Amino acid sequence: MIICSVYYIILQLFKNKQERTGHLRINNRVISYLACKKAINNNKRMKVGLFIPCYINQLYPQVGIATLELLEKLGVDVYYPKNQTCCGQPLGNSGYEEDSKGACRLFVENFKSYDYIVGPSGSCIYHVKKHFDILEQTQDVINVRNNAYELCEFIVKILGRTDLGASFPHKVGLHKSCHGLRGLKLGSCSEVMGDHYSTEEDLLNNVKGLELMSLNRKDECCGFGGTFSVFEEAISTKMGKDRINDHIDSNVEVITGADHSCLMHLEGLINRNKQPLKVMHIAEILNSQTQV
Amino acid sequence: MNHAKKAEIFNKDEAKVNWHDKALWYVREKRDNSAHKVQGWEYLRELGSAIKANVLSNLDEYLIQFETNAQKNGIKVHWASNAEEHNNIINSILEKHNAKKVVKSKSMLTEECHLNPFLEKKGIEVIDTDLGERIVQLAKEPPSHIVLPAIHKKKEEVDVLFQEHLGTKPSQGNPEYLVSEARKHLRNKFLNADVAITGVNFAPADTGGVVVCTNEGNADMGVHLAKVHIACMGIEKIIPKEKHLGVFLRLLARSATGQPITTYSSHFNKPDEGKEMHIVIVDNGRTEQLGREDFRASLHCIRCGACMNTCPIYRRSGGHSYDYAIPGPIGSILSPGKDLKKHSSLPFASTLCGSCSNVCPVKINIHEQLYKWRQVIVKEQKQPIVKKSVLKIAGVVLSKPKLYGFAGKSARFVLKHAPRFMIYNKLNAWGKARDLPEVKNENFDEWYKKRNKNG
Ligand code: SF4
Repeated sequence: MIICSVYYIILQLFKNKQERTGHLRINNRVISYLACKKAINNNKRMKVGLFIPCYINQLYPQVGIATLELLEKLGVDVYYPKNQTCCGQPLGNSGYEEDSKGACRLFVENFKSYDYIVGPSGSCIYHVKKHFDILEQTQDVINVRNNAYELCEFIVKILGRTDLGASFPHKVGLHKSCHGLRGLKLGSCSEVMGDHYSTEEDLLNNVKGLELMSLNRKDECCGFGGTFSVFEEAISTKMGKDRINDHIDSNVEVITGADHSCLMHLEGLINRNKQPLKVMHIAEILNSQTQV
Repeated sequence: MNHAKKAEIFNKDEAKVNWHDKALWYVREKRDNSAHKVQGWEYLRELGSAIKANVLSNLDEYLIQFETNAQKNGIKVHWASNAEEHNNIINSILEKHNAKKVVKSKSMLTEECHLNPFLEKKGIEVIDTDLGERIVQLAKEPPSHIVLPAIHKKKEEVDVLFQEHLGTKPSQGNPEYLVSEARKHLRNKFLNADVAITGVNFAPADTGGVVVCTNEGNADMGVHLAKVHIACMGIEKIIPKEKHLGVFLRLLARSATGQPITTYSSHFNKPDEGKEMHIVIVDNGRTEQLGREDFRASLHCIRCGACMNTCPIYRRSGGHSYDYAIPGPIGSILSPGKDLKKHSSLPFASTLCGSCSNVCPVKINIHEQLYKWRQVIVKEQKQPIVKKSVLKIAGVVLSKPKLYGFAGKSARFVLKHAPRFMIYNKLNAWGKARDLPEVKNENFDEWYKKRNKNG
C-alpha cells in the first residue's frame, strides 16, 4: 500500500503534463500503479477477457494466437469467453445499427465480468467504446465500454511496457489504421497540431533488429472501410494501391498495423499483384523471436 | 447515377486520378505547414467552433440585429426562404435597374440556388469573374471544389477552352499567358457590368456589413465599377461581432490554401454615394438542418474546402462524382438534408477515416455525422434487397454463437474448396482487384479448444 501511495503522488505530479499533451505518456511504473490499484480494489489478480474479432477468428487465427501468447508472456491472466461473435461494427457502419443490437448485447454478456477486455483490432474496440451508446447504459455496458482496450494501448498504457523482448530483423512499415489513430488516439494525427506520439511506434522501436521505415504520407487511409471496400470498389482498391506504393517506395519489407481488416485489404491487393511485400499484424511481430 | 458509379468512371484514367490526388494533397500539406506556424492552432479551432455554436443558438436575435444595422447604413435587406425566392428577388432588382449585364464573384450560395441558368433564361449575361469559376463556366460545368472550382482541369485543357472561347493562341498551357488573357477578357466585362453580385464569407451582426474574401480582388473590382451591389448570404454566415473576424480570417485562409490570409478581405459596410447595395439573406433548408440535433453543427461550415483536400475519397473521385453544389465530406452531410433520396449514396462515400473532422477549422464532427446519416438512410430509404437481407441475416447470426460457429465453418469450407471461378466472378466485388485471404485449416476457436485439451 505504501508503494501504491508513493505512486499515487507521482501520478498527481505527472497529471498536469498529461493533461497538456492529452496523452498518457507517463512513467511506466505510474501506469502499473493504475493496474495495481484496480487489482487491489477488486481484491484479486487482473482478469483479462480476450476479444478475437470475427474475421480474425475465422481467417487469421495466427493473429489471435500471437495476441494470446504475447499477453501470457507479459504475465497476464487471459480468458477467452467462448461464445463471442462480433462487435457489430460491420452492421453499424452500413447503417444497420438497429440490427446490431443483438451482437452488441452478446458482447457485453461475454465480457462484463473482466477487468479489461483486450483485442487485436483498433476499429472493433473503437466501435465498442464509441457506438455501444445504442444499448441501454447499464453498469455492465458502461464497464465494458470503459475497459475495452486495443492490444498495443493495453500493453503500453495499462501494463506500462514498451520493450517486450521481441526481435524481428526486417524493414517494417507501420500502417496507422484510422479508427485506432483518429478514433482511439493511439497516436498523434498529421492533421492535428501538437507533439508527436505513437503507441505502436513506441513498441516497434523496441523490437531488436527492426527498422521502422518512414513513409511519405504518414497516416492516409488504406481504403478498406468495411462494406465500403465492396460498394465503392474502384476507390477502395485505388486507395489501397496508393498506400502499398508508398510502402514500396520507402523500401518496406513488411507492412504491419494494429488493425487486421486494413491489412487484409492490402494483402489482397499485394497477393493479386504479386508485390514483394509481406503483411503481418503487429502482435505477430511483437511476439516474434526471429534471430538477428 | 450514384457516387460509386461516377467514381468508377473517374478512375478509368488512373494518371489523371494520380494528378488530381497530388494537386489536392499539396494544398493539404500547405495547410499543415501554415497551421503549424500558429501557436495555439487547436485553441483557435475551439474558438471558431464555439462562436459558431453561439451563433446557431441565437441566430434569430443576431439576424435581426444584423438587419437593423445594415438598414441604418443604407443597405436594403431582403429575406428569401428558398432558392426560388432568392432568384426572384435578384431578378426584380435587376429589372428595376433594367440591368442586362451581371458580374459575379464566387458564391457557393448562388450555385446552390442555380442562379446562373435562371438569369440566363431571362436573357441576362452572367459572368463569373473568379478565374476558376470562369473556366468551368466556359466549359459549361459546375465547380468541382468550393475553393478551387476548376481543380479537375489541367492547364492544357484550359488552353484549348480559351482558344475556343476567348480566341487565344495555342500556348501548351502556359499559365502566365492564359491568366493575362483571362484578365483582359474579364476587365472588359467588369467595365460594362450593370450589377455586381458577390457571396458573403462573414456577416458581423454588430456592423451590419459583409466581408468577402478573395485572392483575385474580383469582388472589389465588380462592386466598385457597377451601380448596384447585391450580396447573397445564407443565414449561417452571421458572426456576432466584427472583432471575431480575428478568429475566422486566420482560420479560413490557412485551412483553405495555406495562406496566412486571403489577398483581399473586402469589407462592404454601406453603398457608395449614388449607388445601391442589397443583401439577400437565404434560408433554403438551413433552419430545417438547424432543427436536426445530430446534424446542426454542419451549419458551422465556413466553406474553406479543407475537408475536400484531405479526403482520400474526394481526391480520387473528383468533385463532380458528388453531384451536389458542395462536394466532398461536408457536401455529404449537407445534401441528404436537402434531398435524402437523391443524395443517399453520399454518406456511404467514406471510410469514416475521420481526417475531415480533424482538419475542419470549426470542428464539425463530419465523420460522425456521416455515420448518423447512414442510420437515417437505412431506416427511411428503400435499400437494395441483397444488401439489406445480407446485413439483416448477419445481425441475427452474430447474436447467436451456435449459428455463427456454423456459418463461419461453412464459409471457410466454401472459400477453401470451391474452384476459383466460383469465388472470383462479377458478383464478388472484393475479388475484382484483390485476392481473398488464404484459408487456414482451423479457426482460432478450434485451435484454442485443442490447446486447452492438450494443456
Ligand atoms: S466542413 Fe469544415 S473543413 Fe469542410 S469546408 Fe466546411 S469549414 Fe472547411
